[in-house]
Amino acid sequence: MSYRLGVDVGGTFTDFLLLNEDSGETYTAKVPSTPEDSSIGVLNGIARICEESGVAPNKIELVMHGTTVATNAVLTGRGARVGLVTTAGFEDTLQVARSFCPGGLGGWVSFIKSPLLAPLELTIGAHERMSADGEVVQPLDEEALRNDLKTLAATREVEALTICLINAYINPEHERQVAAIAAEIFGDTPISVSSDVVPEMQEYERTETTVVNSYVSPEVSSYISNLQTALRERLGERSQLSILRSDGGLASARAASAQPVNMLMSGPAGGVAGAIYFCERAGFRNILSFDMGGTSTDVALIQDARARVRRETIVGDVRVRAPSVDVRTVGAGGGSIAFVPELTKALRVGPESAGAVPGPACYMKGGEAPTVCDANVVLGYLPSDVQLGGKMEINHEASVKAVQSIADAIGIELMEAAEGIIKIVNESMFGALRLVSVEQGYDPRDFALVGFGGAGPLHANALGILTNAWPVIVPKGPGVLCAYGDATTQVQDEAARTYLTMAEELSDSQMLTDLHELRDRAAKSLLADGIDQEQQEVSYQADLRYVGQAFQITVDFTEHELRDRGVALLTEAFDAEHEQLFTFKLGDGHEILMIRAVVKAATRSMAEAGIETSNTTVDECKIQDSRFYYEAAWHDAPVYNRDQLQCGHTLEGPAIVLEMDSTTVVLPGFSAVVDRMGNLLINPVNPEE
Amino acid sequence: MTATIIQTNQEPLTEVEVDGVTVDIIENALRNAREEMDTVLFRTAMSPGIREQGDCFPMIANREGKMVVGQFGSFIAPFLRAYDEEIEEGDLILTNDPYLCNAAVSHLPDWVVLVPIFKDGRHIAWSAMFGHMSDNGGMVPGSIPIEATTIYQEGIRIPPTKLYKKGVLQSDLLELILHNVRTPQWNRFDLNALVAACNTAAKRCVELAERFGDDVLVSTMEVMLKRNYDAMKHIIELFIPEEPREFEDYLCDDGMGNGPYRIKCRLWREGSTAIFDFDGTDPQAQSSVNFYLNEDMFKMFFGSFTINVVDPQIVFNDGFYDLVDVRIPEGTLLKPKFPAALSGRTHALGRIFDLLGALLGMGAPEQMLNAAGFSDSPHLFYSGYDHRSGKGGEWFQLFQIGFGGVPGRPVGDGPDGHSLWPGFTNVPNEFIESYFPLRIERYETICDSGGAGLHRGGNGLSVAYRFLADGEIGIHDERWLTHPWGVLGGETGRRSTKKLVRTDGSEQWLPAKVEGIKVRVGDLLYYNTWGGGGWGDPFARDPELVRQDVRRRLVSTEGAKRYGVVLDGDGKVDTAATESLRKKLRHERGEDIPLFNLGGSIDEIKSRCEEETFLPPPVTPRFPTQQAA
Repeated sequence: MSYRLGVDVGGTFTDFLLLNEDSGETYTAKVPSTPEDSSIGVLNGIARICEESGVAPNKIELVMHGTTVATNAVLTGRGARVGLVTTAGFEDTLQVARSFCPGGLGGWVSFIKSPLLAPLELTIGAHERMSADGEVVQPLDEEALRNDLKTLAATREVEALTICLINAYINPEHERQVAAIAAEIFGDTPISVSSDVVPEMQEYERTETTVVNSYVSPEVSSYISNLQTALRERLGERSQLSILRSDGGLASARAASAQPVNMLMSGPAGGVAGAIYFCERAGFRNILSFDMGGTSTDVALIQDARARVRRETIVGDVRVRAPSVDVRTVGAGGGSIAFVPELTKALRVGPESAGAVPGPACYMKGGEAPTVCDANVVLGYLPSDVQLGGKMEINHEASVKAVQSIADAIGIELMEAAEGIIKIVNESMFGALRLVSVEQGYDPRDFALVGFGGAGPLHANALGILTNAWPVIVPKGPGVLCAYGDATTQVQDEAARTYLTMAEELSDSQMLTDLHELRDRAAKSLLADGIDQEQQEVSYQADLRYVGQAFQITVDFTEHELRDRGVALLTEAFDAEHEQLFTFKLGDGHEILMIRAVVKAATRSMAEAGIETSNTTVDECKIQDSRFYYEAAWHDAPVYNRDQLQCGHTLEGPAIVLEMDSTTVVLPGFSAVVDRMGNLLINPVNPEE
Repeated sequence: MTATIIQTNQEPLTEVEVDGVTVDIIENALRNAREEMDTVLFRTAMSPGIREQGDCFPMIANREGKMVVGQFGSFIAPFLRAYDEEIEEGDLILTNDPYLCNAAVSHLPDWVVLVPIFKDGRHIAWSAMFGHMSDNGGMVPGSIPIEATTIYQEGIRIPPTKLYKKGVLQSDLLELILHNVRTPQWNRFDLNALVAACNTAAKRCVELAERFGDDVLVSTMEVMLKRNYDAMKHIIELFIPEEPREFEDYLCDDGMGNGPYRIKCRLWREGSTAIFDFDGTDPQAQSSVNFYLNEDMFKMFFGSFTINVVDPQIVFNDGFYDLVDVRIPEGTLLKPKFPAALSGRTHALGRIFDLLGALLGMGAPEQMLNAAGFSDSPHLFYSGYDHRSGKGGEWFQLFQIGFGGVPGRPVGDGPDGHSLWPGFTNVPNEFIESYFPLRIERYETICDSGGAGLHRGGNGLSVAYRFLADGEIGIHDERWLTHPWGVLGGETGRRSTKKLVRTDGSEQWLPAKVEGIKVRVGDLLYYNTWGGGGWGDPFARDPELVRQDVRRRLVSTEGAKRYGVVLDGDGKVDTAATESLRKKLRHERGEDIPLFNLGGSIDEIKSRCEEETFLPPPVTPRFPTQQAA
């Protein structure tokens, strides 16, 4: 009997899901996170879950893990000092970037550029040149390079090295030569090469992406290797660690260390994967997800149980060309601060956040500014007088004081101000949900809405009203959700190249040959991790546009489909989607920009989890009576304990459902049903209204 | 003469009370709609100018045509007064003629699309957007002929015309227009994209009206305008003095050997009204460098530079226009008489921003005055037939916008090689190389080109273009004669230059405005843009920051001496030598530090011109009669 373990490291708790691969039996556990070294929390939790479940540690073969270690290295600026080799004459590529100053007319007056991740003083130019069609214009001057690299190494400042040469996306030969020489001089220093990391056109984006790969590389590698060593000690030599990639696939620990830039969105991808898991089993394959945390909210559109993948990842100011689940982030979270500019008397919420420290006023950790969380306390959505084990204490008075300052500034009543704050923050999340749906040509009414994250379930019902996406689904426990996501995905890798070929001039057989070459490249890392060819599933992608457009659409296809319908398969799919997005299409002029092979380990079948059917009444799950304020009136609302709810229970709104790490609000006129997955499905009582 | 709007539903819209939170929500939604216009345009447009560089601007306006969200302010009200036609649901108006839309667009390559938004037969709002087309026909590829003397030479003129009538595309008309441009396919797509963007905005407005009610949406637009009025009233009363202040700056030349042209402005306040008077500005030029400045657009420039101070999240709009009075004498460079040529207006447009920055900042220089940085937006045109193997001799036409140094500012150093224009980005060199017969051999910041100061001016950019096909180039640039000025003791930034190196090794300095230069395979052009002016006393800059700039190759060891900083052989700061050099330089400079460092008087600059720029000084322009008086 073998087990797999999903691990999600959150800001407060680390969650575990242990899954018996044969029976489908599951166990969960929750331990406090250990931010100074999160592997400690992971090991604590493993000890706990093994003890509680009685499963011997050496039965756990696979540990699957979503991690924010790469993200945090970027956000906190604690990455490596990166040295950079460019083509001579292009040393300033990062300094100039795309010449863009944000902020509209006059935005340059206050624009402060963030420090470069590879500083100019550690950047050198290689004397060489490749043409746009991959011909050598000027051979690499190895002698000069060797000298410059030695000078660079002598600074002893370089902790990771990036190589990115002009037009290397079309011919990587010079980059390889540079890498070989650099390896002689720099020894163990990790080296990232642009044609390996992201062989795509556009020198700034390619340089930045490869530099970010270098920047997070030492931190990610040491985290992964420490964790793997510790796991092997506890679980035995057979145990394998896998890390969730930004695009929702899994990478082996080895592959993750080699291309850590692909792990930047590992955390959110776990949430999306978990949301898909819970919703699909509840019978919903088309969903809009929103994951609302303390400082921001991530939204995504999932069609046919697959998240859209975008060829770009954004973390803070850093924007890289790495595939990630198409998650849009807005600066609206539970900690977002409300304020009123004196002159316009408008009510603004965010993007400033109180974060964990000093935090919302209600948590009494030094925060005094009014936050979304405080408005939720004032309105009664977050009950201050009910406690569950492990929850942070809430001070109602402090929230009232904070929100009162907003009311006074505008000249309105306290409760009106609190509702205003909630409405505005809901509206900005609604804006993000529109961005992934309406603005991409999708009607939200065709989707279900799933809300999770620490604050998501508080706002989920209200966002259902705005989007008209029903039911609103609130899965159990945000941490457990991510751990499910981690535990239920497959190992995957991909290989891509810039293609720049007119579809009309391309033969089917040429395209197949080129795709097979990519397939073999992508399969290498799976083979290296012991997943042989029979266990691999291959799919392909092509990015198309009308020649001259900046925009591109990714078309997914299989070898079978290509053999069946030829290249026309791509152009027809492109035309159809272009028309859906922009109301028009052209018949010809299709350029294939990139081609890509994605190789996945075949899905292992897994029995499913569920919760017990009700043998209790809803009333038995009630903790106490409370009330909340909604649409300018108070409503009596019972508070229920989520852990006691069972499949088939129905809660009539107004109601509040408490669990350890989140709180769900069911509004008047709505009711929530508990399904066999433990989800709360919220629907209007009178849907025709 | 005035436009008549035909509504099939006569029920009047009523002004209703809207609660503050609803206003905030609709304000946000309209801001999102405006951003969506950009997104739709960038994705579907095809020319590099629009899709890569972002040379386009959207707007949503209320029923009266006042811009509620957007960038450059509304032209709709004056346009409607001049447009003596009926406008119905489904109509879409296209124009590019500055003389017929009160300079809503200021030269012919900018095509503007205007859409009346109807819901249930009632007119509720407008959407509009303009974009810079790659070509508009006329004398030269790119349609910005320097030597044009009338607008007739600048390509096709489209008077306000219904491109769609009641939802039906007038395709004969469209084909007629596209028949007159060199890049019909790009223009067709770009125009399509402008239309799609405006229609998207229309759809969003209708959705908002459905959600909140027509009356609420229309009333909210009024509240949004009022918010701007209130904020700007306060700003004007706070920042604009009753005592007049004035500033003048120059356009270096007109591309025909005459220059510089003076642009002058006085600013004062009467009650709550700010008055900008351009009396004293030189008469119109005989070439295309005239900038027909729409007064409302200037108000928008003024507002957007100041309103951020009080509410950075405000949705900026036209609401405050009644509080600003802009006076531009007719027949001047800024209000030329028909049929003066207008296509090269970008130079004076850039200069207006330097002028405005000086006028607004000089009252509180430590907090609000930036050095000069708006050279303009430097253009390069390169066109011809690509005879490399596999290219089949196809026509190519490149129009590229360059960037220089952002000036030193109260908040800190100016970024190197960045855009001062909103939304603009550079075009990736690898993209250029794969679509045009060019190899970019260097793309780097110019060491020491930023003006020295407590806050360093950003460095300009040097781009080395190797031509891989025979063809013709055109160049439009500024600040080659006059200097990007420094302030509060900051030095001037370095001026722009262009050098052409032929395959035989011969070198030629090209003028800042030139066209029809033949280039051959293998020739190399160095396009060097201006550096930003410095801000504050360079001798007060932390020597460690100067050392860091030297290590980063942004400042040379020699250039560090402009900061009074001496570095030793290891590149470390020589503290003793630095102190003594700074003492000496301070003494030489004296106590009296002028607010503006213009790099000398026009006469002085001209007298050194040939020696410093390798180009002859322009001739002082002579005007037939002083029409501007």
